[in-house]
Amino acid sequence: MKEKSEIMDGQAIGRTLLRLTHEILEKNRGAENLVIVGIRDRGDILAYRIIQQIAEIEKKEVALGVLDITLYRDDFRRGNDIPVVRETEIPFDITGKRVVLVDDVLYTGRTIRAALDAINDFGRPAIIQLAVLVDRGHRELPIKADYVGKNVPTAQNEQIQVQLEEVDGTDRICLIEM
Amino acid sequence: MPKLNSDQTVHIEKLLLKGARILDSAHKLDETADILIQKDTIQEISSIPSDTFKGTVLDCAGLVVAPGFCDMHVHLREPGREDKETIETGCAAAAAGGFTAVACMPNTKPPLDNRSLIEFVQERAEYLLTDVHPVAAITKGLKGEELTEMGELAEAGAVAFSDDGRPVFDSDQFRRALEYAGMFNRPIIEHSEELSLAEGGHMNEGFVSTQLGLKGIPPISEDIAVARNVLIAEYVGKPVHIAHVSTAGSVRIIREAKSRGVPVTAETCPHYLIFTDEMVKTFDPNKYKMNPPLRTEADRLALLDGLKDGTIDAIATDHAPHTIDDKDCEFDVAAFGIIGLETSIGSVLSHLVQNGKFKLPKIIELMSVNPRKILGLDPIEIKAGARANLTVFDPKAEWTVDPTQFKSKGRNTPFDGETFTGKAVAVLNKGMVYLGR
Amino acid sequence: MQLQSRHLLGLENVTRDDITLILDTAVSFKRVLERPIPKVPTLRGKTVVNLFFEPSTRTRISFELAEKRLSADSVNFSASSSSLKKGETFKDTARNIESMMIDFVVIRHSSPGAAHYLANNVKASIINAGDGAHEHPTQALLDLMTLRENRESLKGLKVVIVGDIEHSRVARSNIYGLLTMGAEVGVCGPSTLLPREVERLGATIYPHIEDAIAEADVLNILRIQLERQGKGLFPSIREYRNLFGVTRERVERAHKPLTIMHPGPMNRGVEIDSDVADSDASVILQQVTNGVAVRMAILYLLAGGKAMAEGEEHA
Repeated sequence: MKEKSEIMDGQAIGRTLLRLTHEILEKNRGAENLVIVGIRDRGDILAYRIIQQIAEIEKKEVALGVLDITLYRDDFRRGNDIPVVRETEIPFDITGKRVVLVDDVLYTGRTIRAALDAINDFGRPAIIQLAVLVDRGHRELPIKADYVGKNVPTAQNEQIQVQLEEVDGTDRICLIEM
Repeated sequence: MPKLNSDQTVHIEKLLLKGARILDSAHKLDETADILIQKDTIQEISSIPSDTFKGTVLDCAGLVVAPGFCDMHVHLREPGREDKETIETGCAAAAAGGFTAVACMPNTKPPLDNRSLIEFVQERAEYLLTDVHPVAAITKGLKGEELTEMGELAEAGAVAFSDDGRPVFDSDQFRRALEYAGMFNRPIIEHSEELSLAEGGHMNEGFVSTQLGLKGIPPISEDIAVARNVLIAEYVGKPVHIAHVSTAGSVRIIREAKSRGVPVTAETCPHYLIFTDEMVKTFDPNKYKMNPPLRTEADRLALLDGLKDGTIDAIATDHAPHTIDDKDCEFDVAAFGIIGLETSIGSVLSHLVQNGKFKLPKIIELMSVNPRKILGLDPIEIKAGARANLTVFDPKAEWTVDPTQFKSKGRNTPFDGETFTGKAVAVLNKGMVYLGR
Repeated sequence: MQLQSRHLLGLENVTRDDITLILDTAVSFKRVLERPIPKVPTLRGKTVVNLFFEPSTRTRISFELAEKRLSADSVNFSASSSSLKKGETFKDTARNIESMMIDFVVIRHSSPGAAHYLANNVKASIINAGDGAHEHPTQALLDLMTLRENRESLKGLKVVIVGDIEHSRVARSNIYGLLTMGAEVGVCGPSTLLPREVERLGATIYPHIEDAIAEADVLNILRIQLERQGKGLFPSIREYRNLFGVTRERVERAHKPLTIMHPGPMNRGVEIDSDVADSDASVILQQVTNGVAVRMAILYLLAGGKAMAEGEEHA
């Protein structure tokens, strides 16, 4: 495993997120009825940052949800190393809300598929949108992000590593070769 | 005489056991020599050159020739449960296991409680190499109610009396049985169990039964019965033989009784000398469920001491074949009993001799001399002119127990897959020789 | 994360790490149960047979619910052990299960070791829902979960199990689980209902319920089988209640806050008074809720089995 190149540094991540926040507000015509739901791991952190930015821009408190999609994965079967089930925290009624799902990297689309299933078990939102920091392609499902930080063409044997201050001590995205 | 092939019984014309170590503890014999056998009789023991010998030669270098082993406690299941064992398959198992004689218990269907059934058993074994000595029932139908016609049964060939599988529960009846059997110089072999304490149990009662939640059979259920039995034997002055001793308490009681001259003898089985109730944690009744049950380490050590100091006279197997259906099921539903004829010598040599705890002459005493003495059978002497009733074994041969190769119909053995050091090689009796695999 | 075994046969040999993993996972599943749609698709396509040879409404329903909440297909097979003895053997039942290609078998049986027997004879993962007086691991795990929710730490917690210890699988599994997690365990009941050498399991014997209440943080009160009276084990329900009944008067004399547990079903007015069962100290209903969560966690974790590193990447 070796690092091939840096895709974004801390400043770039900051700028990108701010742009995404503006796009979200623009497309939804403000923060009315908006909720941001991050997908564990790291999507939840990004969601939290977006909410803080919205608070600064719009002076509005937008609700934060955290989704653990473990129980909705489609590769759950004997033989796989099974992930720890963590809590999903959606402490509000999601029905009728404009939900923006946030994840760090969009790849096959399977995580988002699982997240959509999970959201449905909590209620019936008015609309669900998707925001990702990086789209690396190789989709296996007909899923497309509404807000993309950066499109990064990758090979299958490469990985996108996202590091965030809150858990990794630094903000950085790089391309790793397996 | 045809050539000696492995796994075949043939009639002896002239057979030379070449270079065998002859061990006969009853006659303090331990020498290496050649034994010449003609038909059923030992002709000569000396140095006989095999190149000029006209007859069959069995190379016995490194092998031990001993007086024929006798398993004084087996269940042959015939008549009644021929699906579990027959006299023929049981005797084949005995021969393969190195035994020239067995005493078979009367808990067949119907039980051996009358002359015709005793004769039936003997007839079935008439042409077999193995001597089958029937033990007749103490009470009719093993019901614990009326005594059998012991006089006639003794005359017909019953070597002892027992209701084995169950005790004679009523103490007065037990007393009468001892007194009455004593008239014919036949011992009572008593399955010593105080049923009111033991009933419903499936394993030894103790820490392991507490862990497993299985109902236990307390060791005192045996101790109390043994105490009663030796007290009654002492009181009436008639011999009692305690079957399958499994507890330290029994050993203590028998030792004390013997020291006072009470006419009591006792046997134990290889599994009680080797395993403890810890094995029941496998929940495998096919291997570890029998009555009496496997006890604790303290009991096991006490039994070994009892063997050493002569408190326990004999090792028997309590060979109890069952069908797979009776054994491959829930522990508390499974039948009691394991087979032992084909693993007895191997297990004893491996676990008692190989580690230096016991010497071969003592083993021969426990498995040949004493059982015959207790049952009143003719003693065997290895000398010119005597009948050839011999067990040949290899104290060093290694082999692995494979129940699918057993002669017995039973597969219920705790030794499945175990590698033994020590193996029965051949048996000679009634003018026949069986050479094992 | 993985459990060490693909079966849950008992708690005797389950490590502290595994118990912790099960309890942590159960907390997440308890949250799932609180959702508007308390169901996840995790075990879609998995089949569970609930094999109940002994009547048990509670445990069976709890398992069924856990299976349905995880979207597994479940089938129930109930038969009394006695009718089994007459007809089909246990072995045949096992073979039938094997040919039906089942993923999980939840088994309740009157014979100790019945779950082990199945584990040795079928490929499915076996969950012991009670084998005779041997073990009832899921009950002990839900008890542990409930204690974790109500007490600061299991370590050093003094739990006294009250009642018929001898015939209780709940007692055995609780003793194993509690000791593994660092709690102290006492047992209290008539001497005739304490199994031999129970101290060697690691439990302290309390001959008097008053002493148990004085020292305990938790009382786990077992159901007394009414049919055991008059068989020489204890003379009467009346005397049992007099000597061992957990009454309000007795509980009021406790030196420290007491948590009251009962695996159910209760004989109110016998081993436990309604005053106690329905008091604030009682966590009995919480035990029932946690039962479903714990069983979901076990199904989930056992479905994972041993890692074989053939997993697809998930992103």
